[in-house]
Amino acid sequence: MPNIHMHYVVPGDDFTRAGEASADLKARLKKLGMPSDAVRKVAIALYEGEINLAIHAGGGEIEVQVFPDKVEMTLTDTGPGIPDIDLAMRAGWSTAPDEVRSLGFGAGMGLPNMKNYADDFEIESEVGVGTRVFMRVNVA
Amino acid sequence: MTTDDFAQMPDFTVAVPGESRPVASVYCADLLSWAMGRAPADAAWCTVMGNVNAVAVAHLADVAAIVLCEDAVLDEDAREKAAQQGVIIVRTGLPAFAAGVAIAQHAGLL
Repeated sequence: MPNIHMHYVVPGDDFTRAGEASADLKARLKKLGMPSDAVRKVAIALYEGEINLAIHAGGGEIEVQVFPDKVEMTLTDTGPGIPDIDLAMRAGWSTAPDEVRSLGFGAGMGLPNMKNYADDFEIESEVGVGTRVFMRVNVA
Repeated sequence: MTTDDFAQMPDFTVAVPGESRPVASVYCADLLSWAMGRAPADAAWCTVMGNVNAVAVAHLADVAAIVLCEDAVLDEDAREKAAQQGVIIVRTGLPAFAAGVAIAQHAGLL
């Protein structure tokens, strides 16, 4: 499998388009013949990241590197940042507004799902500057 | 059981058909991130969420079908997106629990 690089721009507050990057990446990985369980992990982790970018950060960017044995994803935004990362990582904790909750989001499972489905997960954030998330999914 | 079986099951109507898939389990939830993180692949996902985001979750979590319960509304853009992405949507007037039981019985899971 060749090394492939992809770049996606996620618009802010557009929940009808959120998921396009994940769906595109899923289709590409399937076409490359990646095992379906690895594709599923990548798709779930990236979708949660996309939704977070759309809901909380006013959009952002995603860089993806596909290697034969792993997929690396880096999500960056220049949103408001996360004041307390430990709290944000807690399952059930959510700061999503009501309009977003009415769409079925805001369960407080986004970051925990990303961490659960990625084999490596790193997050750094600065209030007023933005957030960067790195995820690696190993391909068995 | 496969998704083709829904066409013959009483109380269920296929709203968006698709390529036949095995139904290995049933999962009930309405919060999208909850479903995204926990719905098993090849599950029949019983929910009242008929929006485009539910279709994205079904596609990415690789469930067998969305089972839209309690005659919940299926948005037109969700129908179009499901057809594009090959996500099967089945409708029923049953609540999620009863729909799940009916599917599980049909699939021999109970």
